[in-house]
Amino acid sequence: MTLLPALPTPKKLGLVIDLDVCVGCHACVVNCKEWNTGGYGSALSDQAPYGADVSGAWLNRVHTFEVVPEGGEIVGEAGEARIVHFPKSCLHCEDAPCVTVCPTGASYKRAEDGIVLVDEDMCIGCGLCAWACPYGAREMDLAAGVMKKCTLCIDRIYNETMEEADRQPACVRTCPANARHFGDFSDPQSAVSIMTMERGGMDLMPEQGTRPVNKYLPPRPRKSLAAGAPLMPLAENTDGAKGFFAWLDGVLERI
Amino acid sequence: MHPAPSIIVFTTLSGLGYGLAAILGLGLLDPSLTLTKVAHVLALLMIAIGLLSSTLHLGNPQRAWRALSQWRSSWLSREGVMAILTFLPLLWSAWASVIESRYLVLPGLLGTVLAGVTVYCTAMIYASLKSVQAWHTPLTPLCYLLFAAAGGSLLGAFFAMAGRNSGLFLLLLALLFTIAAWVVKIAWRRNMDGLVPLSTPETATGLGNIGRVRLFERPHMTENYLTREMGFRIARKHAVKLRRLALLLGGLLPAALVFMLLVTTVAGAGGGLAAILAMTLAVISHIIGMLAERWLFFAEARHAVMNYYGG
Repeated sequence: MTLLPALPTPKKLGLVIDLDVCVGCHACVVNCKEWNTGGYGSALSDQAPYGADVSGAWLNRVHTFEVVPEGGEIVGEAGEARIVHFPKSCLHCEDAPCVTVCPTGASYKRAEDGIVLVDEDMCIGCGLCAWACPYGAREMDLAAGVMKKCTLCIDRIYNETMEEADRQPACVRTCPANARHFGDFSDPQSAVSIMTMERGGMDLMPEQGTRPVNKYLPPRPRKSLAAGAPLMPLAENTDGAKGFFAWLDGVLERI
Repeated sequence: MHPAPSIIVFTTLSGLGYGLAAILGLGLLDPSLTLTKVAHVLALLMIAIGLLSSTLHLGNPQRAWRALSQWRSSWLSREGVMAILTFLPLLWSAWASVIESRYLVLPGLLGTVLAGVTVYCTAMIYASLKSVQAWHTPLTPLCYLLFAAAGGSLLGAFFAMAGRNSGLFLLLLALLFTIAAWVVKIAWRRNMDGLVPLSTPETATGLGNIGRVRLFERPHMTENYLTREMGFRIARKHAVKLRRLALLLGGLLPAALVFMLLVTTVAGAGGGLAAILAMTLAVISHIIGMLAERWLFFAEARHAVMNYYGG
């Protein structure tokens, strides 16, 4: 059924992505592909995987942006310009436009935890949901002819055959920088809710009216290079040397 | 947006087919004439070929029947349901004309109304997408409806001329609908050209309070499904020429020909081979113009996801 749940879902599972911490290593991208090509639904196919024009379906991608403040120019040289690595996967929106446009009922939002899923046996591969999503969270699998998207690793998070620590989405579990966090946003005491509150977690494209569940933590204010420079002691300066180093300084001066 | 040939053929052909069916439903052509029977069959064929063409881009067309189930939320599903419902009165009308040489008011008018509703549903598939700002306007369904009416009445006028009817009323309809369609289409283009982007790289990343956001690196070196499907840009290079071509062939030339025919018909010198040839030219020109117009409709529209891809 492609109507959205009538009531707010009792759980709101999703991710917090910390843009201050992400180093852009793409480990989450690779582990997502690795897990999901053998997990829920059909394999995530690649086309011409060993050719020059390789492409394939990925559920998580890391973009990199350059943010240039007023008066800033080139990264590290002028102003406060900075590079921000930007991982992007499905935001499991509360008003998911991809769900309501689905003509077959393949796309749905789970009433219990808010995860947006595709029932691949019902998907006709029309691609309208990918058009409806402003975030580019859905990609067609060209081999299976069905739409693929992030499942929040539904086959991990509820999987009781796994160790407790592994019951997290593959991208979260693998992140070496701890830039991704998984949790329940409907619980104000959950780690993701507290992080979002303390760091000013934000929605992407709020103007699209999708009410995304996933939140992004903005990069912390950065000190300029110039502000940090005077703190570094100059190597040639021996003023204030004491004891042995004062004696050594004196001896070396006299030689 | 990627202008998939199957969707361009679908929207153009089904628009013409539903337009012609709507005109036939008004009973403006003599149902006993062979040409009117041909017109009925042609309308049904164009609709059927259009619908079949639309299934060509599906990943799993064998499950297309499932698309009839979600009419409560999905315009695509509504379109499928309405397309099938519309076939009932259209087939009834076609049977009455082809087999019994009769025009029936009830299935006729019902077919006209349902054809309009189906075209409206098609247009709303696009107009309902907030992610494609150029389409997200009430002018989009108005354009689709008026273009279907223009194409239908042009075809109707062609059959009237070819059947040696006077076809004065159909010529008048064709002229009015063609002009109205292009007036609204030009308003639609103005609206698109003047849009302030709803979403920008700044809102897409949430980094706007730090500064101006520019894509530094795409996630992958090669193209992907999203950039192929949503990042089509070739048309923009020739957009101005194509816009003029679409207006000339789809609107100005057919309207001018129809106007000349109207004048000659009123003057009492209408009909004859020249009139048939002029109407043929008007219809062919309109179809080519419409294909260009539909191509631009997709190719010029920018999708919000391109904020993440520097497009």
